[in-house]
Amino acid sequence: MTDKVDVAFTVNGEARTVNVEPRRTLGDALREDCGLTGTHLGCEHGICGACTVLLDDVPVRSCLMFAVQAEGTRIRTVEGLADGDRLHPLQQAFWDHHGLQCGFCTPGFLMLAVGILEREPEIGETELREALSSNLCRCTGYQNILKSVLAAAAAMRR
Amino acid sequence: MNWVGRRLPRYEDPVLLRGDGRYVADLARGALAMRFVRSPVACGTIRAIEAPSGARVITADDLTGVKPLRPRLLRPDFVPIAQPVLATGRVTHVGEPIAAVIAETAAAAEDLAEQVAVEIEPGTPIVTLDQALAPGAPLVHDDAKRNTIIDTGLDAGEVDAGFAAAAEIVAFTFVSRRQSAMPLEARGALAAFDPSTGRVTLSISGQAPHLVRTAVADALGIAEAELRVIAPDVGGGFGQKVPTIPEHIVTVWAARQLRCTVAWIEDRLENLTASFHARDQRLDLRGAFAADGRFLALDADILCNVGAYGNTPVTAALEPLMAMTELPGPYDLRAYRVRTRGITTNTCPMAPYRGVSRPVITTAMERLMDTAAARLGLDPAELRRRNLISAFPYHSLTGMVQDEGSYRQAMEEALEMADLPTFRRRQQAARTEGHYLGLGFSVFAERTGYGTPTFAARKMEVTPGYERVELAMDSSGFVEARIGASPHGQGLKTTLAQLLADEIGIEPRHIRVVSGDTDRTPYGFGSFASRAAVVAGGACKLAGMKLRERLAAVAAQTLEAAASDIEINDGRAVVRGTDIAVGVPELARAAYHQSHRFPAIVETGLSAVATYDPGGTFSNACHVAIVNVDIATGGVNIERFIIVEDAGILINPTIVEGQIHGGVAQGIANALYEEVIYDEGGNILTGSLADYLVPTMAEIPDLEIHHLETITDASITGVKGVGEGGAIGAPGAVLNAIVDALRPFGVEIFEMPVTPQRILQKLQESGSLPR
Repeated sequence: MTDKVDVAFTVNGEARTVNVEPRRTLGDALREDCGLTGTHLGCEHGICGACTVLLDDVPVRSCLMFAVQAEGTRIRTVEGLADGDRLHPLQQAFWDHHGLQCGFCTPGFLMLAVGILEREPEIGETELREALSSNLCRCTGYQNILKSVLAAAAAMRR
Repeated sequence: MNWVGRRLPRYEDPVLLRGDGRYVADLARGALAMRFVRSPVACGTIRAIEAPSGARVITADDLTGVKPLRPRLLRPDFVPIAQPVLATGRVTHVGEPIAAVIAETAAAAEDLAEQVAVEIEPGTPIVTLDQALAPGAPLVHDDAKRNTIIDTGLDAGEVDAGFAAAAEIVAFTFVSRRQSAMPLEARGALAAFDPSTGRVTLSISGQAPHLVRTAVADALGIAEAELRVIAPDVGGGFGQKVPTIPEHIVTVWAARQLRCTVAWIEDRLENLTASFHARDQRLDLRGAFAADGRFLALDADILCNVGAYGNTPVTAALEPLMAMTELPGPYDLRAYRVRTRGITTNTCPMAPYRGVSRPVITTAMERLMDTAAARLGLDPAELRRRNLISAFPYHSLTGMVQDEGSYRQAMEEALEMADLPTFRRRQQAARTEGHYLGLGFSVFAERTGYGTPTFAARKMEVTPGYERVELAMDSSGFVEARIGASPHGQGLKTTLAQLLADEIGIEPRHIRVVSGDTDRTPYGFGSFASRAAVVAGGACKLAGMKLRERLAAVAAQTLEAAASDIEINDGRAVVRGTDIAVGVPELARAAYHQSHRFPAIVETGLSAVATYDPGGTFSNACHVAIVNVDIATGGVNIERFIIVEDAGILINPTIVEGQIHGGVAQGIANALYEEVIYDEGGNILTGSLADYLVPTMAEIPDLEIHHLETITDASITGVKGVGEGGAIGAPGAVLNAIVDALRPFGVEIFEMPVTPQRILQKLQESGSLPR
């Protein structure tokens, strides 16, 4: 269990090599080994989606993957969304539309939504609601999250 | 400039959106990891605990001199139960902490915990109310005879006469199954020993840091000054994070013993099985109604399964007492007999959970009203019209004073929004095609923002209620507001900044609200019971007025005018009716650096302190649900959900609506989905989020909100609390809607959650399922 291995990937455009136990999840590796604590762990069994990150542009549950499975991949986390002082359109929309309260689920929802909108910029509300039902939020009742993502989709198409 | 009433984006958000929030687990990087070995059985005697040699393992034997948690009510009918910090000699519920292990990493701590062998001789667990109350049942605690920790009641007005005169008596048993608040961030505690001071800083995912500091210091027998408690960013709480827990005490004890930094980060299994539950209640209700629908009398027997221990400092009597006091709700009731009991069992303890009892009692009362209306052949709105309180202030039989509200108006406007006549036509048409639509509503009044008088009436040894605020303007004109309340996601900092901005006369972006740090903030009780905006807000108003006066004194002298002629707005002090003005930053600079010129503020400088301790104020609402019930699957789809809410003056309507949204979602979960299930051995079958069904975006409909604004003098800001109302009103509306949908089958529902299986069973029992 304790024989560590090197794993190399890029995170938010930066090359990283972490030395981890093979059982280390990707979520733990991002948080503990890369210091990127914006990715939150809500259930560690793949239901809540708080730990969602983009792996080669696809949303994944970082609690359900081992770090070693991410070898050679391109990872994006919430810390990479904003461009300096300028928030990503999704971050801005969540702020404008009160899409967050305690903020714990927010990074996961942001990364899920980025993945969805990059793949399908014209996604309709029904499909969007279905896709966003992958993740759990306990504070907002979801309505403002949906509103935020719809607004961001419109902004990103402009 | 009026900042109150504006939909200001939250100051809290940019940090959280960037992933720069700091929750306890984020602060715990590099700390030693603590893991708890928990009881795998519901009750039994501990025969042996064996740990690998050399491992850092803490058991009850190590905690010499550490006092148990023993929350108390100061009343003779309450049985205080001492909860050992680590199980001592016996275990009382699955998940009870028996030992703590410490290792370099979380994974190593988990490995180690699995190597700790605990030998337990199992006993016969008491899981259900019926088991606990059976004659000769074993006792969970020797002190709690008949497994009862509180047994009290009330008999007010002419109850027997009311029943004798009744045209209709409606009686049923209402059951609410156990639920979990399920904050998305589970709990956690990080204790850091500082060798230079000998103090420990305890960072917790919590709602009441000052109370935690008191209780942890008491348990360890140390001065509170030895301890600093911080609630950093908190990922939701909903009541579950109010209590002080054994894990807080053990982490601090270990940090002091080992002179180290150690963290316990709860996982989801622990959170669902071993943190706190709520809402496990059974109510036997009998309501007496006159032929015209007047509510003549209510007789209630309330049983709450409160689990194995209490919670500190609230106690396990919270649910039974709240249920007794607030059951009549928004209705004018002059004859009420009630018995309420808290029953201890070998199950997880209870903590407050958004709404505390009121989601259950409101749903039960709203079922009572609908059932009575149906039996009397009255429109359910008409029956309520005849019984809703309409003269204020209203003195209830249970000692509450209900301030000005809009109970009837909220219902009328909600039904208008729902367009009842059109719905009834649509419902009829749908039925002919085999679709079952239903409309239900729920009316309630929610006691919020109450201070020490109300908590004292409950005889709490620790009597919460007041909040204190300290304001300090620095020499650049920027204000820091230190509050005892402790938000965990609601947006309180933005809310209070808006309120303070109007009182002081500066912009809210020049105000920083500091909370959740016992070293930095005045003693306060935290955020729960829909109190922070009312109580901390009231204190902010009072302190803000004082600070404005002090600024005005400086301005008056600076501008050579009378203080009464000074107006301060948006950071400028102006002599009324002139263009003679000076900026607040200049005044602040002068007050600090030319203080000899301003004798009026020598004593205070540009600071102010105020405390607010109100009697309480009632917000009210009507919720309407329109549902579609699939009689083939038992599935319920909510088509529309309407809320007409009166929370008085809204400081930030967007934040208020966010509170309502979240509350309603939890209320819908209450009604349809979430249920903690124990087997007969006291094992929890719902230990994952695949089993404990939290609704997603697919289940929660759009929520239509309309605000009413009754101005109350029970709250100096005119603000009424709103944090819990959504959760209180929603289940009753959903249940009534389901019954309305299934009226062709004569199905009655007196339980929640109403899962598809339960609906199918009811349909089968009704014997009238269509082919």
